[in-house]
Amino acid sequence: MSSFWSGWVLVLTLACLALVVFVLFSTWKVQRKDTTEDTVGHEFDGITEYDNPMPMWWIGLFLGTLIFGAVYLVLYPGIWPGKFDGILGWSSTGELKADQEKHARQYQPIFEQYAATSIEELQENPKALAMGKRIFLNNCALCHGSDAGGAFGFPQLTDHDWLWGGSPDEIKMSVLNGRNGQMPAWGPVLGDKGVRDVASYVRSMSGLDVKADQSALDNGKALYATTCAVCHGNEGKGNKMFGAPNLTDDTWLYGNSQTLVEYTIRKGRNGVMPPWNEVLGPEKVHLVSAYVYSLSQEEKAAE
Amino acid sequence: MSTATNTHYNYKVVRQFAVMTVIWGIVGMVVGLFIAAQLVWPELNFEPYLTFGRLRPLHTNAVIFAFGGSALFATSYYVVQRTCQARLLSDGLAAFTFWGWNLVIVLAAITLPLGMTSSKEYAELEWPIDILIAIVWVVYAIVFFGTIMKRKTKHIYVANWFYGAFIITIAILHIVNNAEIPVTLFKSYSAYSGAMDATIQWWYGHNAVGFFLTAGFLGMMYYFVPKQAERPVYSYRLSIVHFWALIAIYIWAGPHHLHYTALPDWAQSLGMIMSLILLAPSWGGMINGVMTLSGAWHKLRTDPILRFLVVSLSFYGMSTFEGPMMAIKTVNALSHYTDWTIGHVHSGALGWVAMVSIGAMYHLIPKVFGREAMYSTSLINTHFWLATIGTVLYIVSMWVNGITQGLMWQAVNADGTLQYSFIESVQASSTGYIVRLIGGGFFVLGMFVMLYNVWQTVRGTNAEEVKAAAAMA
Repeated sequence: MSSFWSGWVLVLTLACLALVVFVLFSTWKVQRKDTTEDTVGHEFDGITEYDNPMPMWWIGLFLGTLIFGAVYLVLYPGIWPGKFDGILGWSSTGELKADQEKHARQYQPIFEQYAATSIEELQENPKALAMGKRIFLNNCALCHGSDAGGAFGFPQLTDHDWLWGGSPDEIKMSVLNGRNGQMPAWGPVLGDKGVRDVASYVRSMSGLDVKADQSALDNGKALYATTCAVCHGNEGKGNKMFGAPNLTDDTWLYGNSQTLVEYTIRKGRNGVMPPWNEVLGPEKVHLVSAYVYSLSQEEKAAE
Repeated sequence: MSTATNTHYNYKVVRQFAVMTVIWGIVGMVVGLFIAAQLVWPELNFEPYLTFGRLRPLHTNAVIFAFGGSALFATSYYVVQRTCQARLLSDGLAAFTFWGWNLVIVLAAITLPLGMTSSKEYAELEWPIDILIAIVWVVYAIVFFGTIMKRKTKHIYVANWFYGAFIITIAILHIVNNAEIPVTLFKSYSAYSGAMDATIQWWYGHNAVGFFLTAGFLGMMYYFVPKQAERPVYSYRLSIVHFWALIAIYIWAGPHHLHYTALPDWAQSLGMIMSLILLAPSWGGMINGVMTLSGAWHKLRTDPILRFLVVSLSFYGMSTFEGPMMAIKTVNALSHYTDWTIGHVHSGALGWVAMVSIGAMYHLIPKVFGREAMYSTSLINTHFWLATIGTVLYIVSMWVNGITQGLMWQAVNADGTLQYSFIESVQASSTGYIVRLIGGGFFVLGMFVMLYNVWQTVRGTNAEEVKAAAAMA
């Protein structure tokens, strides 16, 4: 902040407070000591005004807040930005840094103790999984749901259907560095009929009821082979290298109605899983990955 | 009308605004009740026009600017004429403010559900409507101050200081905060960006509270309390000091809406300190109002209008204590983003603004329609209890919810992770949302009782009586 604006804040603040203090004291000085039945002599539509003094407790309250304010502005930044930051040397960034350091000192060892244990081994450790679950609820549940059941556009994590692979290492990689599942927009390439036919063909791959004649399906199949198969595979089984979904099962991230599938093909999709390494640090990522891995293991065990 | 100009007040515009106060009050509060119901039953969100996100600004705009605004126009035009012993400067310009303001409200009611918004809280309306507001407001200032210039009294009554400060400051706030760059007829972007934009928005936002909802309604209080109590104002000296202190300090308090954000530390400290210093100037108005009743307390037993006015002052005192407290950063760390804020706003909005307006309307409506009194005093009393119970249920449920949420969000496990996920704090709030809905229901019910009472009061009026009522003493 330039000296001018810094001075501007100082002068305006002091002038404002000085005005208020002046009005208070100059009135205080000339007012009566005791309550009265005398009015000040005006009359408006039958309303008159007593010449009563301001209550002493009110003046005391007013002065109390003014003194508190003066002390606070000596201790903390406020009155003269950039030039005088208060004698305590406090700043919000400084406080945050101190808090984070304290937090790390206090809690980091708790997470670090599991960092060397593999995710498979952690499956046998209920305490570690409980910690992973808490990290999940604080950070991941917002998109994936408290029960990890997913939502439209956000994968369900308790089945064994994985866009980017479901091994411990693959899961951890997804959490650590994030993922970006890009389906390009094919509308301009395929045209309206093309989009419709491909959508019909894709839906037929997983056995959905399709209202399209054989020639449309044949056209869709031909277009699929030249346009979609590169990522989704000739058989439509998907490819975890690109996070390309399997199209032959009944898991649909963006819906399986004809309208929605057409929309996905026409406009494309852009699924973003943010990278969590910087937010959580590798130790917490390790624990939350263990928890996410456990979700699909329970399911397997139950089957 | 030329003969009436020197012998009669212009009560027509007061009558119009008074009736619209009741009608817009009901409209705005019914929308509020509906969005409160949406928080209990989310299925009531009907996409896209009737979702919470679009109706919430409609509710706030309708209750603040349509209901509160009409009450301020009605009472300021009434008070300025009677205390200056002068007819309004211009009947034509006064009529323009009535039709212009109501056009603004209708446009708001159409554009907000359609999703047209500049996205600034309490300033959502798009730029063509902003321009219309600015024009209406400048004409309002001309009518109001023109009437003061014409006054037959030597001094200017304290109520008019407050109304005057409210009119001038709102003009400045509105114009500066709504500086925006139009892209299309219905879309614009703010002329400011980042933390600067946020600072200006809350300089506006907090002073919409400070000048629209406080200074304006203190003007109302300074006329209707002594008038209804038939007692002199307690202390002229207190009026002077708290008026100047209030308007000088309120304008600095906005940054407390931005504690713990990208706003620089110095601005947060200064905003907090100014908010604290605001306590005494705010309470000056409460003391002057309540002490005016000394020697007339017995009237409370028989006069429900006076009850409305006194209870409104109690809620005013309570929320202007709560406000500075919530502005303290340590308290704010708990209260911010919780329902506590909603409770605080409504103890001001229902308890203070609505109650003092309702009291003023019950005083003013029979007078400007040439009636002896309101049709039914017992219905005023019924309204009083409905409004009071409704307000208390609303505030208490939001306090409980707010503190619950704040504590749940801060609770940590032994490993430093948060104890509760966000959705758990929503679940914990569900009972509070039901109680709030019931409280809101009480308040709205009271407004319907008022509508019936007003209708019964004004429906038998005849032109002669109405004209006689407007005669200058």
